[in-house]
Amino acid sequence: MIRLENVHKAFGDNRVLRGVNLHIPKGESMVIIGGSGTGKSIALKSVLGLVTPDSGTILVDGKDARSGDKDAFLARFGMLFQGGALFDSLPVWQNVAFRLMRGSLKRPAEEARAIAVEKLRRVGLKPDVADRFPAELSGGMQKRVGLARAIAAEPEIIFFDEPTTGLDPIMSGVINDLIREIVVEMGATAMTITHDMSSVRAIADKVAMLHDGVIQWTGPVADLDNSGDPYVAQFISGSADGPIEAVR
Amino acid sequence: MSRVLTPIAVLGALTLSALAALGRLAIFTGQTFAHMIRPPFYLKEFGAALMNVGYFSLPVIGLTTLFTGGALALQIYAGGARFSAEAVVPQIVAIGIVRELGPVMVGLMIAARVTSSIAAEIATMKVTEQIDALVTLSTHPMKYLTVPRVLAGIIVVPALVAVGNIIGIMGGWAVAVGTLDFNSATYLQNTADFLETSDIMTSLAKGAVNGGIATLMGCYYGMNSGRGAMGVGKATKGSVEAAAVLILAANFILTGIFFTS
Repeated sequence: MIRLENVHKAFGDNRVLRGVNLHIPKGESMVIIGGSGTGKSIALKSVLGLVTPDSGTILVDGKDARSGDKDAFLARFGMLFQGGALFDSLPVWQNVAFRLMRGSLKRPAEEARAIAVEKLRRVGLKPDVADRFPAELSGGMQKRVGLARAIAAEPEIIFFDEPTTGLDPIMSGVINDLIREIVVEMGATAMTITHDMSSVRAIADKVAMLHDGVIQWTGPVADLDNSGDPYVAQFISGSADGPIEAVR
Repeated sequence: MSRVLTPIAVLGALTLSALAALGRLAIFTGQTFAHMIRPPFYLKEFGAALMNVGYFSLPVIGLTTLFTGGALALQIYAGGARFSAEAVVPQIVAIGIVRELGPVMVGLMIAARVTSSIAAEIATMKVTEQIDALVTLSTHPMKYLTVPRVLAGIIVVPALVAVGNIIGIMGGWAVAVGTLDFNSATYLQNTADFLETSDIMTSLAKGAVNGGIATLMGCYYGMNSGRGAMGVGKATKGSVEAAAVLILAANFILTGIFFTS
């Protein structure tokens, strides 16, 4: 469904992506792991068009992601941002229903609100949260609202950017379980980037290890502990010794 | 040889950098105006921008123009007394406020109050990935954030200038009548007789230009903000500096166009 072929991206002298090749079949949950600053977010944002690759091809259902109707293309995606990226000036329900109140998916405000409240309930938030503003919510609640917004328009593809960053382990577990449940329930194709190994094990069908601008290893999550790849082995063990240079 | 060439190279680099910045601003401006005439239009955001730029700026505009008008009356009276021309206070206050000080003071106050808040808000949105979120939600950031604010600035700042002009003239009137022994009715009659329609129209035109500059600079610096708190701070500071300088430069150019032919 999503295919990255030899994708390159540099910022000045910093060559972040150096030929990324990755395939995510329809309905599969792919988690990309890798250290901070290895280009995981850039790879994800390249698919959405938030970052333009220098070269390479990104295909979604066999079609170039950069061609065709941008609105229709983006309407297929939902995205949970690392910090939530909720709009401060809007109450929670308008954040969740943002896409349903504008553009091609626009519907009456009452209906959009009802859907927002239902999606909030789906992520474990009570209806009274709907009228609060994002600044009034805890970090965990903001993540849930971000998740509700990502699934509000029932997208075919959902991206999760560091979904558990900044959360305590219990809340991380709750968010991981929610993501897994929702992805399975919706039959969505998911792409998650994280360096939280508990997220990897909870969310992934398959795992890809990004390092030095290329995918070093790809395989089922069940093979993660016996991948035979020194990069993956070092990363999941959290060891300072190995092929991944650790700056002390 | 290199010692001779170094200053030239630095000058060249600075010139190229300035031209590149000018080019980026010109493209941003062009894109903003192009988006103004193409749907979708976000009326709710436009209404909010009208309130923020216009209605909520009224207190600061009123107070600054009131004091400016009063000070102007005192200065003209004191200066005019040197050649027995104290009687021209109403006329000079009126022309000074309407042609110059009204639009400039309002423009600078909008730069201080609105430009800074727009730049800080949009820069924070950029830093916290809210701009990226807008894109993923099929909403063009320029249409949603820039167009409503710039359009509101162009439309509502002339109205603020009109209000500021009236309050400024009344500030001069209050000082003249209260402390300089002018007759109230005569002062107002002289003001009304002296002002021409073209004075008022050029004042409002300057207001529209200043409103456009102030809001555009806020949006431009916000959208091009760097990362983190420092990025937001730099964007905010840069937007106010640029808006203030461009408002004064535009005022000079417009004065040249309107009043020297």
